[in-house]
Amino acid sequence: MREFLEGSQAIAKVVSLCKPGVISAYPITPQTHIVEGLAQLIADGKLNSQFINVESEHSAASVVLGASACGVRVFTATSSQGLFLMAEVLFNIAGMRLPVVLTCANRAMSAPISIWNDHQDSISLRDSGLIQLYAENIQEAVDWHLLAYRLAESRNIMLPAMVCIDGYILTHGVEPVDMPEEGEIDRFLPEYQPPYKLDVDNPITLGCLADPEYYMETRFAIQETYKDILASMPQLFKEFGSIFGRSYNFVERYRLDDAEKAIVAMGSVCGTIKDVVDELRKKGKKVGLLKISVFRPFPYQEIYASLRSIPKVAVVDRALSLGSFAPLVSEIKALFFGKKKTPKIVSGFVAGLGGRDITKDSVKQIFRQLNQREVSGKFVDLKPELLQDKI
Amino acid sequence: MFGPIVAKPGSSRKNKTGSWRTESKPKFLQTNCIACRLCVLVCPEGCIEGLEKNSFHCDYDYCKGCGNCASICPKKDIEMVPEG
Repeated sequence: MREFLEGSQAIAKVVSLCKPGVISAYPITPQTHIVEGLAQLIADGKLNSQFINVESEHSAASVVLGASACGVRVFTATSSQGLFLMAEVLFNIAGMRLPVVLTCANRAMSAPISIWNDHQDSISLRDSGLIQLYAENIQEAVDWHLLAYRLAESRNIMLPAMVCIDGYILTHGVEPVDMPEEGEIDRFLPEYQPPYKLDVDNPITLGCLADPEYYMETRFAIQETYKDILASMPQLFKEFGSIFGRSYNFVERYRLDDAEKAIVAMGSVCGTIKDVVDELRKKGKKVGLLKISVFRPFPYQEIYASLRSIPKVAVVDRALSLGSFAPLVSEIKALFFGKKKTPKIVSGFVAGLGGRDITKDSVKQIFRQLNQREVSGKFVDLKPELLQDKI
Repeated sequence: MFGPIVAKPGSSRKNKTGSWRTESKPKFLQTNCIACRLCVLVCPEGCIEGLEKNSFHCDYDYCKGCGNCASICPKKDIEMVPEG
C-alpha cells in the first residue's frame, strides 16, 4: 500500500513486519526516530517483540548478539559515535556468524561534533564483516531491510548486515513509500531457523578462543562467503522483484550506455546526480551515473563492466581515509589495475562531509572538472576562507 | 563457508591440556605424605587425587606444570622435575 511516510517511520514499520523477537538500541541523532517508532509499536501492542533498553550502544550490540545467538531474529540501529561504540561487538557478531540486521543512519564522525550526514561512520567499518547496503531513497531503505534479513539469515551466509541510510536526508525526509504487505513479506522472508543456537538442552559455545591453529580458517570462511553472496544475490533480486514488483541490483546504471563522463556515488546524493544527468542530457551532453548500492560485498564485476568503456569517471566519496585516497575511489581504481579496457581518467572527489549540501551545482562542477587532468581527493565546495596556516 | 565457530561441550576430554606444560612436572614422591590434601586443594586443574597417605598422584594429561602442589606441600613430598 502506498503511504506518505517519514523515512524513520517507514523503516520502523518494515522492521516490525519482519517480526524481530528482540530489539535493543540506544538513542542517537539522527537514528532515534527509528527505534522510537518500534518502541511505540510495541507499547501499542502492534508488535510482539522485546525492546531491551540499555545504557550504551556497546550494550545494545551485545544484547542483539546474545539474542541472535539464542536463535532469535533481532534488530538494532545507530549512527556515528554510536556505531563506533558498537564496533568491537560488531566484529564479534560477524565472527560468530550471527545474522543481526542493523540500520546505520549515516552521520559524520566527531570531532568537531556534527550530527549531519556523511558516510564516514559506516565506511570506517567496511572491514568488520558486515554486509553493507546503501539506500538512495526511502523506498530503497525499506526494501533493503527485507533483503538484509533474507541475505543475513540464509543458511549458507549467516552474516550480519548493515543498511546505510543518509541521516536526515532519508531518516527525516518524507516520501511516498510502497509499503510491502505482511503476507508478501512472509513469503519472501520465512521464519528464522537458526542452524546453531545457545540452548541449555543442547549446549554449545560460540565465540570461544581460537588459537593460531584455528583462527585463519574462520576469517577465510567469511571471505569465501562474500563470494557466495555475490553469486546468490542475482537470484534473490529476481525473487524480490517477482514478489514486490521492484527490481534491484548491486549497482544501478543510470543513462550510462553511451556516456562519455560518469559519476560513481552511493546513497541519497544519487537522486541529485540523476537530476543533473537528465538536465545535461537535454543539452546533448553524454553523462551518466553509476550508483553503488551494495558496498560489501564489493561488486567488482558489475562495476568493471559498467565503467570500462567510459572515458572519464568521477568517484564521489562522502567519506575519507585521512592520509590516503578516499575509500571508494581507491577500491574502484584498484579493480582496473592490469585490465586492458579501462577509463582514461578516474578522478576522486570528496564531497558533502558533515552535512554540507551536494547541490546540482556541485555535481555540475564535478562533471566540468573531468575535462581537466585526473585528480584524487579533490574536495568539492571547500571554503578556503575558513582555513589558516597558523593557529 | 564456515570455519570452526561452534564448540561442543566436553572438548577437554579430547584436548589434553597437559600438552601446555613447558618446563617441568610434579613428581609425587609418596614417602613422607601425611594426606593433608593441600595439593588437591590448590591444583587449578583439579587433576590430583588420592585418599590414603602416600597415595596421591596427578593426571599428566591435564597437569599444566604450575608447581603449586610442590610449593604448598608441608612435607616437601612433591618435587618439580624436568619434562621427559
